[in-house]
Amino acid sequence: MPSLKDLKNRIESVKSTRKITKAMQMVAAAKLRRAQEAAEASRPYAERFNAVMAGLAASAGGEDAPKLLAGTGSDQVHLLVVMTAERGLCGGFNSSIVKMARAKAEQLLAQGKTVKMLTVGKKGREQLKREYEDIMIEHVDLTEVKRIGYNNAQGIATDLILRFNGGEFDVATIFYNTFENVVSQIPTEKQVIPASFEAEEGADEGSTVYDYEPSEEGILETLLPSGVATAIFSALLENAASEQGARMSAMDNATRNAGDMIDKLTIEFNRSRQAVITNELIEIISGAEAL
Amino acid sequence: MADTMQFDLVSPERKLSSVQASAVQLPGAEGDMTAMPAHAPTITTLRPGVVRVQSPEGDAEYVVTGGFAEINAVGTSVLAERAVPVSEFTQDILDEFMTDAVNARDNATPEMLDDLAKRATELAGVAAELGLNANA
Repeated sequence: MPSLKDLKNRIESVKSTRKITKAMQMVAAAKLRRAQEAAEASRPYAERFNAVMAGLAASAGGEDAPKLLAGTGSDQVHLLVVMTAERGLCGGFNSSIVKMARAKAEQLLAQGKTVKMLTVGKKGREQLKREYEDIMIEHVDLTEVKRIGYNNAQGIATDLILRFNGGEFDVATIFYNTFENVVSQIPTEKQVIPASFEAEEGADEGSTVYDYEPSEEGILETLLPSGVATAIFSALLENAASEQGARMSAMDNATRNAGDMIDKLTIEFNRSRQAVITNELIEIISGAEAL
Repeated sequence: MADTMQFDLVSPERKLSSVQASAVQLPGAEGDMTAMPAHAPTITTLRPGVVRVQSPEGDAEYVVTGGFAEINAVGTSVLAERAVPVSEFTQDILDEFMTDAVNARDNATPEMLDDLAKRATELAGVAAELGLNANA
């Protein structure tokens, strides 16, 4: 039986934990709003871009299409780009991405493919390091980045393209969480190299015949690298929103659990206090009777 | 014939402008062009330069670092890699653009080099035109 003092200390400590989780929840809520706005602001660009690229790829993508679109003709070496958060305490956010990437890696290895990994975000790296340290080729640290900008995505994309041109891999897949709503984030894998573009449904762009300046091939060649960057940028933004959403609901749960725990501990505290009083009374009464 | 068309300027980070415009002057990769309503459908890549928009509500100018423009019967959309209104285009932003352009040039593979080197030079040209100093 813990002493009264122990119980009191525990209640105090759980109370301060609750204060912290509550504060983190509110911070996450504020950040979530901003992250969501950023994700929404980037959507028009990505949609237009994909629509144009889908049209271009359909008309110019043939035998002699650029490698970024057609691929190297082999799919022996896979690069998994695992994008996670820089911080923890956000529920299953990081683990769900890592789990998906790990399953994919195992599946590819079982098929006899070569797998390489590139991590974005500290948490994913920490979780994957134990098993896959020797196949990790690069880590992108975004700890210092307060607001994710297009240039972050461009940096990652340029790195990927240089490696691709250098023949380091044939297929690149990114792993991230798609933001569905605060309680649900969906782990997603998306192939970025060779690129695939799906036109938004309802887009009737295909019916218009465009003039291309310079040439279709020329435009395709200039725009494909931006396509990779755009895909990575939207993944980063989705991830940022998901992270805050996951943290918000995780901290909400934690706050509620702390509340329950405080209630339980308080009952236990009152009970033992009464037991102590009863004990003292019994001692006094039996002392008096003995006289 | 309608005398205005829909004009949209979007960058990956945000939508900068969406207005009815009567004419849009674009820094196309193969020379400047002006898109007016009922222009033939065209897709062109852009070089660093200034996009000038004329609309009934007034004119607007934006500095873009590249990207592409899609012109069709309905309107014109510019998808810029980075875009800033000319009035907010300060020395700091120019320096940032220049550093990025120069970094891209220096890290480029030989086959990309021509293109990127040209970009840095063109950006310097834009800066001079707007009375800023590109020291890179």
